Amino acid sequence: MMGGRRLSLNWLGAVPFLVYVAVFLLLPTAIITAGAFLKGDGSATLSNFQDLSRTYVISATVNSILLSALTAIVGASFGALLAYAIATGNPQGLLRRVVVSAAGVLAQFGGVTLAFAFLASIGPAGIVTLLAKQYGLYVYAGGFWIYDIRGLELVYLYFQIPLMVLVFLPAVDGIKPQWREAAESLGGTTWHYWRYVAGPLLAPAFLGCTLLLFANSFSAYATANALINQGGIILPQQIANALSSEVGLHEPGFAKAMAVTMIVIVVMVTVLYSLLQRRTSKWLQ
Amino acid sequence: MAERAGVEVRLENLQRHYGPVTALNDLSLTIAPGELVALLGPSGCGKTTALRLLAGLEQADGGRVVIGGADVTTVPANKRDVGMVFQAYSLFPHMVAWENVAFGLQMRKVGAAERKRRALEVLDLVGLAPYANRYATQLSGGQQQRVALARALAIRPKVLLLDEPLSALDAKVRSRLRDEIRRVQLEVGITTLFVTHDQEEALAIADRVGVMNAGHLEQLGPPTLVYTRPATPFVAEFVGLTNRLTGEVKFGMVEVRGTQLPLVQPNEPQGPAIALVRPEAVSLATDGNMADGPLVGTVIAVAFLGATSRVTVDLGGGVTVLAQMPTSAAAGHPAGTRVRLALRDDPVLIAREEKAPVDA
Amino acid sequence: MAAVTQSFQRTRRQKLQVFRGVIFVAAGLFFLVPLFAMFEFTTRGRLLTDPRNLDAWKSIATYPDLIAAIVASVELAAITSFAMLVLLVPTMVWVRLRLRRLNRIIEFICLLPLTIPAIVLVVGLVPMYQWMGINFSDSILTLAFAYVVLVLPYCYRALDAGLSSIDVKTLSEAARSLGASWFTVMVRVIVPNISSAILNACFLSVALVLGEYTIAQNLLYNNLQVEIALLGRANAGVSIAVSAASLLFAFVLLVLLSLFNRGRGRLRLDDLKQVMRTERG
Repeated sequence: MMGGRRLSLNWLGAVPFLVYVAVFLLLPTAIITAGAFLKGDGSATLSNFQDLSRTYVISATVNSILLSALTAIVGASFGALLAYAIATGNPQGLLRRVVVSAAGVLAQFGGVTLAFAFLASIGPAGIVTLLAKQYGLYVYAGGFWIYDIRGLELVYLYFQIPLMVLVFLPAVDGIKPQWREAAESLGGTTWHYWRYVAGPLLAPAFLGCTLLLFANSFSAYATANALINQGGIILPQQIANALSSEVGLHEPGFAKAMAVTMIVIVVMVTVLYSLLQRRTSKWLQ
Repeated sequence: MAERAGVEVRLENLQRHYGPVTALNDLSLTIAPGELVALLGPSGCGKTTALRLLAGLEQADGGRVVIGGADVTTVPANKRDVGMVFQAYSLFPHMVAWENVAFGLQMRKVGAAERKRRALEVLDLVGLAPYANRYATQLSGGQQQRVALARALAIRPKVLLLDEPLSALDAKVRSRLRDEIRRVQLEVGITTLFVTHDQEEALAIADRVGVMNAGHLEQLGPPTLVYTRPATPFVAEFVGLTNRLTGEVKFGMVEVRGTQLPLVQPNEPQGPAIALVRPEAVSLATDGNMADGPLVGTVIAVAFLGATSRVTVDLGGGVTVLAQMPTSAAAGHPAGTRVRLALRDDPVLIAREEKAPVDA
Repeated sequence: MAAVTQSFQRTRRQKLQVFRGVIFVAAGLFFLVPLFAMFEFTTRGRLLTDPRNLDAWKSIATYPDLIAAIVASVELAAITSFAMLVLLVPTMVWVRLRLRRLNRIIEFICLLPLTIPAIVLVVGLVPMYQWMGINFSDSILTLAFAYVVLVLPYCYRALDAGLSSIDVKTLSEAARSLGASWFTVMVRVIVPNISSAILNACFLSVALVLGEYTIAQNLLYNNLQVEIALLGRANAGVSIAVSAASLLFAFVLLVLLSLFNRGRGRLRLDDLKQVMRTERG
C-alpha cells in the first residue's frame, strides 16, 4: 500500500507507546507466567502449582469465588434496578448527571476509604450501630461479622452496584421506545413486553455485566486488607502474604502460581463477557 | 387473502396539550371504510399526535376517538386492535422476520404452528417470504419497513396506522415502497391513516389528503383538489410550489403586474395583496413586444426535471418568478434569453402577511 | 366533550415514578449513610457525651508521615496524568491518521490492564522494582511507571470518546492544507478540541492514583492510602478524616469536570482558518 520507507516512519509513531507497555505491562506478566514454572534455583517445575493444593489456598480460592459470585449477583440485581430507574428519567436532567457522576466516583472508590466508611457507619463504634443499640437492636449480637467474609459481602456492594450502573446503563438506554409501543399496539401488556421483548433483549447485557462484576470482586484486595489486617481469607490476600512472608521468600514461584490462577479465572470471565457484549451491541446499539 | 370490509374511523373534536403548547386544537376527521387518508404538514403541526391518539399511545385531553362505531377514547392501546408502522426501529432486533410478524398473533394466543403459517402468509403478501428467517440487522431499511407492515397486518386490525414510514429511507426505495404500501392497502381493503411531511408521498397514494398546520386541518380533500384548489395560503404554499407576486385587489379581481386575475374568494377586501400563482400557470413567450414591461424579464436558470422543466425568470427589482412547463417548451428559452411572462386566467389565492414561505 | 377519566397511561407513569422514588431513596440511604458516617465519626469528641469538634481534622498536620504521603500521592497523580497524556494522545492521534490497522491492537492493549488485577500485576512488578531500586531510584515517585499502566483503560476510553466525536482526519488534513506543521496540528487544532476528553482522562487518573493501595503497599511504599491504613490502626478519627477529604476532592473534581463539559463547542472551519492566520503572522 505505501512505500517501504514511509511505512517504517509511520510505525515509529507507535513505538514509544508499545515500548512502554511492553516494559511495564507485558514484562511483569511474563515474569509471573515464567516464574510460576520455575523453582528458586531457576529450574523448571510444576511444584508451584502443586502447592496450590494447600488447604489454606483452596479455602481462600473457594471463598473468593463465592464472595465474588454473591456480590456479583446481588450487585447486578440492584444495579440493574438503579440503572433502569435512571434510564427512565430525563436524559438531560440534573438527577441523571449527578447519579452517574457519583457512580463514577463510587465504582473507583474502594480499598481503605471504603473500609473506613463502613466501619464508621456500621462498625462496632459506628453511628448506625450506636443508633440501633438505642432501639435495642444489637447488630453484632451474633459476632463481629464485619471483620470476616460476611462483612466483605456487604462492603463490596458499595462499589459493585455503582459499577453495574455504569456498565449496564448503556444497554438500558439502547431500548427504543418504539419497541414498547409496537408491542402495545400489537396487543401486548406490560408483562408481555418484559417477558418477550425487553427481557430477552437485556438478558445478555445483564449476564455479561454480572460476569464483569464477578471479575471485579475477584480481583479486589485493598478493601479486604483494610478490614481484615493479617488475614488470608481470600485469594488476593494469600498472594500478598506469599509476597511478604518467609514462606514466600523461599518459594518465589508460589505467589506467581496463585497469580497465574487468578489471571486464568479473570481472563475466562472477561472473554465470556465480551462475547455477550457483542450480542448486546448488535441489538441495542 | 380474502377481501375484508374496512371500518369507519372518526376523530371528533380532539384536543391535546403539552403544558402550554397546544398540539391538537379541535381536530375532527372521518375516514371512510377502506379509505387511505394522508395527514400532511410540517413538523409540529400535530399530525403525529393525531395518529398516536388514534393508536391509543397517547391520551386526548378532549374529544372522542371512534373506531367502527365503538368509542375507544379510554381504551388502552393494546386493546384497540390497530396495526402501527413506525418511522424507525420498528422491528424487535432479537426476533427473525416471521417471529416479528407473528408477535401480535402470539399476544392473541394463537398456537405456534398456526402463528407461523399466518406470519409467512402475510410476509408473502409484502413479497418477503424468502426473508422470513432473517434478523432486522440483516435486512435493508425498505425490507424492514415491509416486515413492519406485515407485522401490523398479521393481526387483521381494524385500522392501519403509518407514522412517516418512509422518512428514514433512501429516495429510490421510498417511491417503490410507497406504491407497495398502497397496493397492499388496496388489496386488504383496510382503513388507513398515513402521516407524512412529504407532499409528494401524500398526493401520490392517498384517497384524501388532510393538510395540517398548528394543530388543525387547513384542508381535507382529494389530492387533485388540494393541489389545484388550495383552500388557504398555507396549503397553497405547502403543497407544491407557489409564486408570491405583489398586486392589488380591485373590484373582485387582483391586478398583478398589469394582468387581471380572478379570485378564488371574490369578496376579498380591496387593497395591496400577494397573489399566489402556481408555476404551471406561468407561460413564456419570446415573440412580440420585448420592451421593458412588468412581465418582461431574463431567464436566469432552467432546471431540468425530466418530463417538465422549471424556468426561473428575473423580472428585475429583486423579483423572481418560477415557470413550469413541458421540457420541449422550455427548450426555446435558455438562460440569458429575454422573455415575456403570461399568467393563466385561473382563480388565485391571496395572502396578506409578508411571512416567509413554509418549507415543503 | 367526554370527561377523560384517569388514563391508563397516567397510572402507569405514576407507578413508574413511585418505583423510581423508592429506588433512589434506598440507593441514597445505602450510599450516603457511610459517607455521612465518616464525617460524623471524625467530629466526635473523646467520649460520646463530649461536644463535637474538628480535632481530628486539625491534627492532620501533626502527622508528618501523613503529610509526606499526601504530598507524594499528589505528585504521583500529577506525574501520572502528564505521562499518560504524553504517551496516549500523540499515539492515539497518530494511529487514527496513519496506522488505522493498529487501532484494534492498541485498543486491546489499553483494555488489558482491566483483566489483570492489581494484586497480580504487583507480583510481576516486585522483582522489577527491586532491580529499579538498586540501579535507578527507590523513590516513591517511581510508582508512576506502574500507575500509567493502571490508568490506561479508563483514559483510553475517555480519549477515544473525545477523538471519535471530532473528525481527526478531516481537521488535520484541513490544517495541513492551510500550512500547519504537525506540532501545530496537535497543539492548536486537535488538543483544544478534545480538551474535555483530556480533562476527563486526567481526572480519572487523579482519582485512581489517589485511591490506589494495592501496588503501593506490596511494593512497600507509603502512599496516601497505605499511610491512611497504617494510621487507622492507631488513630481512626484522623485517618477517616483524610479518607473523607480525599473522597470529597475526587467528587469535587468530577463535578467541576461535568460543569466544564457543558460549555464546550466544536471547532468550525472559520475558527481553523483564524488559527492558521495568526500562526503565519
